[in-house]
Amino acid sequence: MTTVDPAVDQAVLPTPRGPLSAAVIDALRAAPQADLPSRVSADPYGEDLQLALHVCYELHYQGFAGVSDEWEWDPELLRFRAALERVFLDALRADVPGGADIGDVLDELLVEPVDGVGVSHHLKDEGEWWQMREYLALRSIYHLKEADPHAWVIPRLRGRAKAALVAVEFDEFGGGHGDRMHSTLFANLLVGAGLDDGYLHYLEHAPAAMLATVNLMSLCGLHRSLRGGLVGHFAAAEITTAPSAARIAKALERMDAHPDCVEFFTEHIEADAVHEQVMRRDVIGDLLAREPELTESVVFGVQATELLEQRLGEHLLRAWKEGQTALRLPL
Amino acid sequence: MPTPRDARVVTVVPGGPLLVEGPVELRLDDGTVVCSDRFVVAVCACRRSKRYPLCDTSHRKRR
Ligand code: FES
Repeated sequence: MTTVDPAVDQAVLPTPRGPLSAAVIDALRAAPQADLPSRVSADPYGEDLQLALHVCYELHYQGFAGVSDEWEWDPELLRFRAALERVFLDALRADVPGGADIGDVLDELLVEPVDGVGVSHHLKDEGEWWQMREYLALRSIYHLKEADPHAWVIPRLRGRAKAALVAVEFDEFGGGHGDRMHSTLFANLLVGAGLDDGYLHYLEHAPAAMLATVNLMSLCGLHRSLRGGLVGHFAAAEITTAPSAARIAKALERMDAHPDCVEFFTEHIEADAVHEQVMRRDVIGDLLAREPELTESVVFGVQATELLEQRLGEHLLRAWKEGQTALRLPL
Repeated sequence: MPTPRDARVVTVVPGGPLLVEGPVELRLDDGTVVCSDRFVVAVCACRRSKRYPLCDTSHRKRR
């Protein structure tokens, strides 16, 4: 098996999905300083806005082939991105219950329903291989940059919260071993499932519901004002991953998948059982002891993550129930 | 005199695992040895883990 470093290849600009994404994609084809729409009104969770936002954010990660790196800090683009972000953030704030009891909110996530529903339960109990491949292709939008958005919060933390979050990140990045990076394990998984491991290769396939989950991380990672949200997001993701990773590992074994596919998920069972404890006790605990006024922001991060994951799960199950692809393009 | 070392920290999570600073080598009664070089290792204390002796979050409450 060859392990391709997912960062070597650059993604190509995707096809627009409406006026907002067309404006930004057309602009990026030109030199910086093009004109972008002055007003943004669109479905906050819709294809157009989510793709536009995703493209803007990608400039801070690996960029796009043929797009000038100077775009990253282009004031006009940043103004446009801020307008997109405002629509997304306002919708999220309106759609989560909110609150100030972080203990309760996390405890809620820690209770495992006996009769769970959701994508990982479906895949474990009755999922089919084509559905699994769709799931893996979709998740590649995040997992090939796994833990990158969380690195942005590091300079915004202090003391024990910072040290503990960096320790979790170190683990995500393979503990100093390139071949153990979670993004590399995911690339191996894609190859094992007969999928393309190119960075953002499946961007055209990914519906808004998937892009929104990654956009939330980029949004919280890039704004100091949302550092509580990023920490809340990270904790929520780590808490919910271990049990769902166990179910997906089971599903893959039942489907006789390549061992590289199973390995990604079994690594996450053990890693995330540790990470959830560290995130909760050391990162959130210490952050809120220092900055108690961030509590609502942490709660927001947890709840927004849950909301978007739930929307994605509903999207997948709705399509699969009808025997249809959950992707914008079939694999 | 051996050089004084900081005591190894083990955190006991109520109803959950023991958090031990890694790397660790866990020796089971049947002779199995499980190694983990993670910065913190969650050792199952509830006995329900399917990846025993490592915690897999099976200790969580169910409803
Ligand atoms: S303590 Fe977590 S599974 Fe046993």
